[in-house]
Amino acid sequence: MNTRTTGSASNGRAVLTALAWAWVAAPFLYGLYQLLLKIPALFGS
Amino acid sequence: MAARYLERSRIVAPPGWSRWLIPPAALSIHLAIGQAYAWSVFKKPLEASLGISGVASALPFTFAIVMLGLSAALFGTRVDSKGPRWAMFISMCCFCSGFLISALGVSIGQYWLVVLGYGVVGGIGLGIGYISPVSTLIKWFPDRPGMATGIAIMGFGGGALIAAPWSNSMLTAFGATGTGPDTGGIAKTFLIHGVAYAVFMSVGWLLIRVPADDWKPVGWEPRPRPAGSLISAGNVSARNAIKTPQFWLLWVVLCFNVTAGIGILERAAPIYSDFFPGGAGLAAAAAGFVAILSLANMLGRFVWSSTSDLIGRKNAYRMYLGVGALLYLTVTQTTNANKVVFLVCCLLILSFYGAGFATVPAYLRDLFGTYQVGAIHGRLLTAWSTAGVLGPVIVNAVADARITAGVTGPGRYTLSFSIMIGLLIIGFVCNELIRPVNPRFHEPASEHAAGKAAMAA
Repeated sequence: MNTRTTGSASNGRAVLTALAWAWVAAPFLYGLYQLLLKIPALFGS
Repeated sequence: MAARYLERSRIVAPPGWSRWLIPPAALSIHLAIGQAYAWSVFKKPLEASLGISGVASALPFTFAIVMLGLSAALFGTRVDSKGPRWAMFISMCCFCSGFLISALGVSIGQYWLVVLGYGVVGGIGLGIGYISPVSTLIKWFPDRPGMATGIAIMGFGGGALIAAPWSNSMLTAFGATGTGPDTGGIAKTFLIHGVAYAVFMSVGWLLIRVPADDWKPVGWEPRPRPAGSLISAGNVSARNAIKTPQFWLLWVVLCFNVTAGIGILERAAPIYSDFFPGGAGLAAAAAGFVAILSLANMLGRFVWSSTSDLIGRKNAYRMYLGVGALLYLTVTQTTNANKVVFLVCCLLILSFYGAGFATVPAYLRDLFGTYQVGAIHGRLLTAWSTAGVLGPVIVNAVADARITAGVTGPGRYTLSFSIMIGLLIIGFVCNELIRPVNPRFHEPASEHAAGKAAMAA
């Protein structure tokens, strides 16, 4: 029983960790994408 | 009841808590408050709709940066004693209230409310938020403090990357751009920013945990410190830290490293245009130059700060300052002879600028211990405020004088870049002078334990 409780707590934390990273990564990647769009012009002229 | 929820004693992590939940909590705060560097997006709409000057439209940002340094210095000890959840919650309240007050100010045509809201109230949120996760991250990652603080402080750089396009598209959608921007559109944009950032930052203070006093990473043992090591065996209080020469030497190091970075950052687009004039897509190329510098600034925070865990903090700053000076020298000597050399030099200079911010909390931890590292970091950030004034003044004054004198091309920046080389050399010497802190400044073991107990209570 204890092992099962520990295992489900561990799984829960893994999901929480994935969601927490997704929460911050999504806007960050949006900002990074917008930034990368501007860079080719630097080498185009 | 609600106040007790924010206390440090309520957020001690249970056994098995993953320390990898702490960086996203810190990033929820830093990615939000990093919006400050995207303030320029609001300048033109505010100038056109309220009829204010460029100097006036810059005031909220100027106040915000000054308040960042002041509030970090003034509230640093309180942030350490009350804990990171309290600090993150207060930061969210101040930062988001700043937007709401600004929304009210714009909608009733009272610009002073924008200065008060975004600049003063929001600026307090910036200062408290900036230092809020630092000591917690260092305690969770005693094996990699540079990497841990590098992630969070990279978030501060990344905040502007998110905010600039997001705010711009919102202003456009609400008809708040162009020659006759709608005041209501600007107010709505501020309002949405306040609400959205409150939701985003809430994840930070809900998720943050402090490790138990006896916690350490699995399989990690503190390495024995060699004789003469900079890494302190004792803990120094914030009050005592400012009495040490190490604190003030590091203050000069940070101030001049930041000033040197601002040397390029402040006038990035004009610098590019003056070095490489001509071509149909000059404006787009200059915008690309600004973008790639932002990327270097952001990546430098993580990459070089993580590297400092391997090579040591003193060596890391030797690189930022020494190699930085050589790179500035290369730019002044080669000017626009080779675009690749120019770009590589500028990218590295900006990466060292970001790294200077990100590595300093771990340097403070090495010198003064973890006891009040957040408060000490807060006091050190006054160097940033000073550099925020010093850097633009030097670069703009010198460049403007050269332009008035009729100098064209790269020659406009030779003098200001030479000044930056001088500042970096002074910073390098100050870094060399940093020695281990005298044990007389260390907290007695009993007082340190009592301080910890008081924090936990």
